[in-house]
Amino acid sequence: MNNQTVARPPAVEAIGLGKKYRRGWALRECSFRIPAGRICGLVGPNGAGKSTLLGLAARLSSPTEGEIRLHGESLADPELRRSFAYVAQDKPLYRRFTVAEMLRFGRELNPRWDQDTAHRIIEQGQLALDARIGTLSGGQRTRVALALALGKRPDLLLLDEPMSDMDPLARHQLLGTLMAEAAEHGTTIVLSSHILPELDGIIDYLLLVDAGRIRLAGEAEEILDAHRLLVGAGTAADLAAHTVIEARQAGRQLTALVRPEEQAIGGDWEATAPTLEELLLGYLRSPQAPSLCTAEAGQAVAA
Amino acid sequence: MIEYRIDRRSGVATYQQIVQQTKQALRLGLLQPGDKLPTAREVVEATAINPNTVLKAYRELDREGLVEPRPGLGTFVSRSLARAGAGADGPLRAELDAWVSRAAEAGLEREDVAALMASVLEQRFITGVGPVAHSDEGNA
Repeated sequence: MNNQTVARPPAVEAIGLGKKYRRGWALRECSFRIPAGRICGLVGPNGAGKSTLLGLAARLSSPTEGEIRLHGESLADPELRRSFAYVAQDKPLYRRFTVAEMLRFGRELNPRWDQDTAHRIIEQGQLALDARIGTLSGGQRTRVALALALGKRPDLLLLDEPMSDMDPLARHQLLGTLMAEAAEHGTTIVLSSHILPELDGIIDYLLLVDAGRIRLAGEAEEILDAHRLLVGAGTAADLAAHTVIEARQAGRQLTALVRPEEQAIGGDWEATAPTLEELLLGYLRSPQAPSLCTAEAGQAVAA
Repeated sequence: MIEYRIDRRSGVATYQQIVQQTKQALRLGLLQPGDKLPTAREVVEATAINPNTVLKAYRELDREGLVEPRPGLGTFVSRSLARAGAGADGPLRAELDAWVSRAAEAGLEREDVAALMASVLEQRFITGVGPVAHSDEGNA
């Protein structure tokens, strides 16, 4: 899987990307790369710009400034359109179609259609093929939308809050199916979520969007390794040598999330590696903390 | 074949859990030389974890000489960690089982037994690393 990622252009590349709506900028000055074959978590609070970003990637809207390339291509040619699948938050499906008709629709629109995969996902959820979309629950509709997306056999899968309305079993099954798809075909997956624990162990790449800006971008492990959670007796002033993301004082005890500037952290601090959730919450609570973009996710040299 | 159980809250890195569970199966003889490990696809479909995690674990097992990837076929066990007597039906296990029964009769709880066992092991295998890691090094 890693051998392929070296040769392929990044699955997604944003260069100075911005989107302005009437009420203001939803995204501003976003530059990042997601290498092919990664499973990228797009995280951030509600209204941060996650859906706007996915919509721009899926070519549903055009950027106000900058550009977003998929597999190195910036043009909206039909071939490119076939290479990715996008599942929107509201899962637009034809309510009067049956499940079987919806799948036939997918098959006729997509030359690479994989009926087996699509069918397996429907069967897993024990959905009747003759059930009308309009009679299904939210979670069941999500399943149909994901069956359509995976049946397309995309190189890139863009999923906006895919599991938010599913029960734990369905969520586990579908994440398993997504991971299996990635293992077998090297599919790049970008999924947005604000349910942070859901992403732990799933994603290997991270994009934190907050108030329309990219705050963290890169290899999840590399980003986690760059941070330490410190607990000890002291004040924030003792940590001046490091980049302090967040520091909270309770009596004599200080709890701080830092990016250590050197390997060794002096003083009597108990240092542990933060979990993904601790890291993300630390950043979200501290809007002024400096952003971090790893070399792999960094800005393109020549735009 | 082996089925992995991933505990996301254990604090142990996911790939380490796969490495440990594989070694455990090798020690107990549940996996033997020539056996095939599940494919990355099979593991992630059942556990919903990142495929790279499985590959990382298998690379680690390969580095330790326990398994061997055969391109196009899968990953196969190349060496066993089972020792005479350490198997699931070996005499040492039966003796230990009898001893644990006596401990229980003497009123010891599970935690007491575990603590006692840990302290004896600590004395026997003197390293700071702990008994499991120590016996691995002895094997490698």
